[in-house]
Amino acid sequence: MAHTAAAFKVDYFQFLKPDGKLVEDQQVPALARDFDRLTELYKLMVLTRTFDKKAVALQRTGKLGTYASCLGHEAAHVAIGAAMKEEDCFAPMYREYGAQFYRGVKMSEVLLYWGGDERGSNFSGPKHDFAWCVPIATQCLHAAGAALAYKLKKEDRVAVTVVGDGGSSKGDFLEAINAGSAWKLPLVLVIVNNQWAISVPRKKQNTAATLAQKGIAGGLPSIQVDGNDLIACLWAMDKAVNAARAGKGAFVLEMLTYRLSDHTTADDARRYRPSDEVDEAWDNEPLKRLKAYLIDQGAWSDDKEEELLGECKQWVQQAADEYLDMIENDPQPVTAMFDYMFAELPADLIEQRTYAQDYAEDGGHH
Amino acid sequence: MAEITLIEGVTMALARAMEEDPSVVMFGEDVGVNGGVFRATAGLHDKFGDDRVIDTPLAEVMIAGMSVGMASQGIRPVAEAQFCGFTMPMIDHIMCHAGRLRNRTRGRMSCPMVLRFPSGGGIHAPEHHSESPEALFAHMPGVRVVIPSSPSRAYGLMLAAIRDPDPVIFMEPKRIYRWQKEEVADDGEELPMDVCYTLRDGNDITLVTWGSMVKETMQAADQLEEQGLSVEVIDVATVSPLDMDTIIESVERTGRCVIIQEAPKHCGVASEIAAGLADAGIWHLHAPVKRVCGYDVVMPLYRNEMKYMPSVRRIVDAAKEILEVS
Repeated sequence: MAHTAAAFKVDYFQFLKPDGKLVEDQQVPALARDFDRLTELYKLMVLTRTFDKKAVALQRTGKLGTYASCLGHEAAHVAIGAAMKEEDCFAPMYREYGAQFYRGVKMSEVLLYWGGDERGSNFSGPKHDFAWCVPIATQCLHAAGAALAYKLKKEDRVAVTVVGDGGSSKGDFLEAINAGSAWKLPLVLVIVNNQWAISVPRKKQNTAATLAQKGIAGGLPSIQVDGNDLIACLWAMDKAVNAARAGKGAFVLEMLTYRLSDHTTADDARRYRPSDEVDEAWDNEPLKRLKAYLIDQGAWSDDKEEELLGECKQWVQQAADEYLDMIENDPQPVTAMFDYMFAELPADLIEQRTYAQDYAEDGGHH
Repeated sequence: MAEITLIEGVTMALARAMEEDPSVVMFGEDVGVNGGVFRATAGLHDKFGDDRVIDTPLAEVMIAGMSVGMASQGIRPVAEAQFCGFTMPMIDHIMCHAGRLRNRTRGRMSCPMVLRFPSGGGIHAPEHHSESPEALFAHMPGVRVVIPSSPSRAYGLMLAAIRDPDPVIFMEPKRIYRWQKEEVADDGEELPMDVCYTLRDGNDITLVTWGSMVKETMQAADQLEEQGLSVEVIDVATVSPLDMDTIIESVERTGRCVIIQEAPKHCGVASEIAAGLADAGIWHLHAPVKRVCGYDVVMPLYRNEMKYMPSVRRIVDAAKEILEVS
């Protein structure tokens, strides 16, 4: 006899609408009334956007290499950082600066990395956090491994990783879901679904109604939230991180947002993406609605906004100056490419290091 | 002191490492209750339990990727790939992360993991169970590639690999897993990586090899010695980084060298050694350097596998060819 062997649903959460009003048809988390917290996070979102604009400008003027913009992802990214404790482990992809800033990574360090200097990855954030991960979705398994390490060591820590809608098509992501399920890992897998994997739209990744349901296939609780709603993102992250920390296992969270920028500065999205879609996405972007909400609640004002923008510009300029000063006046020597290959350099590398150094001193690299 | 085989040397080292360091865990398919398909982890699950000898879901990418993650957070995983052919999906994590974590972060993070797997042909196994991919791994910056060829070196080099602060690819020559027995003390003494081991001293010719080919090479050396020749045999043991000094020092005395490898010839470790001899050893050579290798073909299924591999006769013939050059 036929019966339903399994059934599932994916819940979607949005608390703050694009017009800056709270939804009316459901209970809103207490977080929505914590204006100190929301204001603090709003400021970081504004700083992140200011930084992003500066980084793109530095690239356009030849002062930075290829850079991956985070424009439009600020609520998702800041919420991810804000839900974590310092001892937790973050395994980012390569554009989650908002999360990393919250965790203490300096803006100048992000610039160093994209500016072609490895010292950026020896950052000021937690020493156990992974650096930027370019091979798509591989970071999911590093986070799963970190989560298993914490579980084996009986440490009260959670690993959080981010993958894109494109990355959710990769085996690494699916294998991490499977691992999270098999070992009940303290692991949070966040899909920041920005609708575009470079030029390939979400609908071409697969025909599933949500990406979150991939987690359900692996046996994990999985939900979808409005990734432009800071309140929903942070509420969901808190829920996932707390569950993981309480030993309830791994969690999949899909945050629906939109990549308002090109994929990176080396990309031109106008070649493949209709401009009306982008215009529409701007109506839903995360900063505007939070600002409207905070002003409406009397927790923010245009004056404060103006003051904040001025401060952000100043901080970002300082970070840019620090970065430019470092690469110009304190560049890594040629030997730096050898010095971190192994804890102790093998004989053949010592020989190559000496050779490279001799050439560098001689101007032989020119 | 017990007489043990090469695979028992592996097992003894794994047990020793687990006893001395609680952060060492076994991680792979069927490594737990089953003790591994070759019994390399036999008895470890009984002794150390589920949290230290971890059966994984059947997912090689996951084994490699999670090993990187664990290694970066204070666990020392000894990951097992069940067979050499199944390491191919793992290469992404070894190449892109294990070998780079320390360098990427300017030393902030490191990746003290071992990826161990049975390698090479000669046991009548199915497709994808008989390859010798050491050159693939040897080309990756930031990882060591170690291949033991005796019970004592399996024990000593495995201990060194697990204790090392950087990633080590540990390839176990499965054809000689149970070839020879040797007395090995379970004394926790490691043997140095990054150096060649001279198995036999001689003055007329140097035979350089590693892994299972040590068997045929030693037999070829016996035949050549019966004909009155003095043969030096070197087991490279660590194919990356390569200890060229020991090989060149030998060739300075013998002036002649044959390199024997089971892997395909093209761009193999034998070629790297030959290039090293063409550079720093050229003035000591009395004859061309010969490579006796597997052919540049897909590893044949088992009915033909021994015809693929360097034979004693092929090694002896190559040696004689260059011994005739005056």
